[in-house]
Amino acid sequence: MTDKLNSKIPEGPLAEKWTKRKSEIHLVSPNNKRKLEIIVVGTGLGGASAAASLGELGYNVKIFCISDSPRRAHSIAAQGGINAAKNYQNDNDSVYRLFYDTIKGGDYRSREANVYRLAEVSAAIIDQCVAQGIPFAREYGGYLANRSFGGVQVSRTFYARGQTGQQLLLGAYAALNRQIAAGTVKSYPRHEMLDLVIVNGQAKGIIARNLVTGQLERFGAHAVVIATGGYGNTYFLSTNAMNSNGSAALQCYKKGAFFANPCFAQIHPTCIPVHGEQQCKLTLMSESLRNDGRIWVPKKLEDVEKLRKHQIKASQIPEEDRDYYLERRYPAFGNLVPRDVASRAAKERCDAGFGVNETGKAVFLDFADAIKRLGHQRVAERYGNLFEMYEKITASSPWEEPMMIYPAIHYTMGGIWVDYDLQTTVPGLYAIGEANFSDHGGNRLGASALMQGLADGYFILPVTIGDYLSKKFAEPKTDVDTKEFIEAEKAVQARIDRLFAIKGKKTVDSIHKELGHIMWNNVGMARDKKGLTEAIKQIAELRKDFYENVNVPGSQFEFNQELEKALRLEDFFEIGDLMARDALQREESCGGHFRVESQTEEGEAKRDDEHFMYVAAWEYKGEGKEPELHKEPLKYEFIKVATRNYKD
Amino acid sequence: MEFNLKIWRQKNAKTKGHFETYHISGIEEDASFLEMLDILNEQLIREGTDPVAVERGCQSSGPVSFDHDCREGICGACSLYIDGRAHGPDDHVTTCQLFMRHFKDGATITVEPFRSAAFPVIKDLVVDRTAFDKILQAGGFISVRTGSAQDANNILIPHDKAEESMDAAACVGCGACVATCKNGSAMLFVAARVSSLALLPQGRPEAKQRAKAMVAKMDELGFGNCTNTRACEMECPKGITVAHIARLNREFLKAKFSD
Repeated sequence: MTDKLNSKIPEGPLAEKWTKRKSEIHLVSPNNKRKLEIIVVGTGLGGASAAASLGELGYNVKIFCISDSPRRAHSIAAQGGINAAKNYQNDNDSVYRLFYDTIKGGDYRSREANVYRLAEVSAAIIDQCVAQGIPFAREYGGYLANRSFGGVQVSRTFYARGQTGQQLLLGAYAALNRQIAAGTVKSYPRHEMLDLVIVNGQAKGIIARNLVTGQLERFGAHAVVIATGGYGNTYFLSTNAMNSNGSAALQCYKKGAFFANPCFAQIHPTCIPVHGEQQCKLTLMSESLRNDGRIWVPKKLEDVEKLRKHQIKASQIPEEDRDYYLERRYPAFGNLVPRDVASRAAKERCDAGFGVNETGKAVFLDFADAIKRLGHQRVAERYGNLFEMYEKITASSPWEEPMMIYPAIHYTMGGIWVDYDLQTTVPGLYAIGEANFSDHGGNRLGASALMQGLADGYFILPVTIGDYLSKKFAEPKTDVDTKEFIEAEKAVQARIDRLFAIKGKKTVDSIHKELGHIMWNNVGMARDKKGLTEAIKQIAELRKDFYENVNVPGSQFEFNQELEKALRLEDFFEIGDLMARDALQREESCGGHFRVESQTEEGEAKRDDEHFMYVAAWEYKGEGKEPELHKEPLKYEFIKVATRNYKD
Repeated sequence: MEFNLKIWRQKNAKTKGHFETYHISGIEEDASFLEMLDILNEQLIREGTDPVAVERGCQSSGPVSFDHDCREGICGACSLYIDGRAHGPDDHVTTCQLFMRHFKDGATITVEPFRSAAFPVIKDLVVDRTAFDKILQAGGFISVRTGSAQDANNILIPHDKAEESMDAAACVGCGACVATCKNGSAMLFVAARVSSLALLPQGRPEAKQRAKAMVAKMDELGFGNCTNTRACEMECPKGITVAHIARLNREFLKAKFSD
């Protein structure tokens, strides 16, 4: 482990680490908080909850988002729910079990201390959200309702219909609005961070582009928090929102923040299959559907043929001719195996020729049994809005025929490397939520992203950042007219000028689509040495093509969505390259990362703890130079590391 | 499928806008309306660099700007007024969930921004809806400090009340209600928030203040009055009903009477 990778995990028993750390953290008095400024970039669950909580504490906060309103952040699209160790169901749940499930679900590639803390604060998140007026689902007695999610055997997921992310975000956004009204937070919508400014080795501000006027603006602070989500859109087609991007995180990487485990990307098993070449976005169907839906493909290839030719319907295939392959392969968890396992199993069946739509890339998710067992009304209460959404998109009713689903890129577990305090390798720079790497290891369990975003934003960052700021209150406001800020702005201006000067013939999207193909084919659900090496080469070629042939129309000083996309695509090249490099060095199969060379005889993922039980943290070495790999060993002191088993 | 698209083009807030007509073909039935616009934009960018097209007199204003993000009908960013209806001809959907199978092959489709005095145009089909944020900042929250909440199950909420509150909380803040209302009123938007919180015990302590402050802010920002035409309810992509406006009115009156 290099000196730069000090994870700062407190000593002592697991259950006491967070309490111990909190007691060590220096406090900032209220009159000093007023002198301190914090920049928060991103307004999803992490960013909004952090900015609101920091503002409430008395700090001066500036919050930035690329959308017209903080409420548009992509957290809003999370459907299924949020986990918390409340044990309201009396099913023997506990902080320890939530911790254990999360570590196991992440295939033993996350930090024990961070994950335990996440489980520890989970219950307080639900309390906070209910107090904010979030209308979680209720039992008839008025108590909170729960449901199950993949990879666990208890019922600990809280939900608000299929719109849990929306409701939680509206809660955090309301808390943010309250602080904006109080004057502690200033909001900058339609602003995009394009660079991080470092002064004397510390994060001191950002350069942002006003997306309406096109002007570059400088903003200074005593600390910067990155909460800009993941980089799933590197693949072009994903369940991420169209504007979700990895640029803020990548700019931090280029300024010295290490980027950890970039190859850990989650491929979600239940998305609506790709329908054609014109598509630019994939739609997720909530994992909660796997509570009652059964996944299958036909046993006989002739039935597959008939389905593809529309000669028969799925509902006409008799029970004995169906292969409920998850129930067959993983009897203990059945349809509720974790996402990576379910995705690979779907791919396995489709690769074997059993895919059920014209493209051969779809499996069935069937509710016929659930409707029989529970009745129409109860199924409608649980999944009505999802059924409706599916029907709107596909023009097929899940009440009559099973849904068709296929895996798609959904979430990135990798992200900016942070220590226990959520501070990056750059002092004064913090990363929270999906933007950091810390809690999900190689695979994230369902309903845990919302939990992590809010844990970081409400309860962890507002405490830990105080330790850094307690040494900063004597420093004056950051002057944005210094050479560091001027140079950073000039560099961004040069980037923009370069793009407009190319005047080629290819559109940004057409090149992004090509990048997506390279990524999906070589850095997707199954990866091998040959494909990854090839991907690195192909990305470099495509990048060259981009700088020679892209056409960015319009000008800088106007609302220009093509320029926005071009700037983001520049960064996606860099991220794609980093993902491929990371996947290449990790010669094991682990969570969402499946190396073809590393599998059991039954085709299950084979982890290699002896050689790869570490966090891979990449250091930027300059343009055109290979990044340097640093390793943070993962130590499991409190749980026994085992092979993940969802079979019995 | 092929279409003629009559689209509102406006360089910025200060210039006058106009319609331009484009022809587009080769669109799949299963394509969404926004995917169709993506394809149009690809075409417009290519034409802009095509010397033959420029020689033919093609005066491209460049790609069409429009707000969009999640494309799953939940973020509320998309905001197109299509053939005279907010979010277009399908019911209970946002623009991103509108599919081309709802149009006749060969049809001429008119696309405009959401128009309202309170939503100035930024460019083409993009409008400024920060007025909505300002209304919510005036009181659309419950004042609870982070970390001060009691155990969640100490607040019992009957199943049906929670469901009703959720019906109102489903608002995506798109502004279709304002764009549809002949008065440009934001009553349905304000009502959704006021009602959702008023139905819950946690929301009661600040209910009066909230209703008064949000309504006052709405008036101040140039939104019109409600004259009960119920047009907003018809076009709300989330099916939020005017029953919530009735609750807002009750809350508002109660607050005024107790002044």
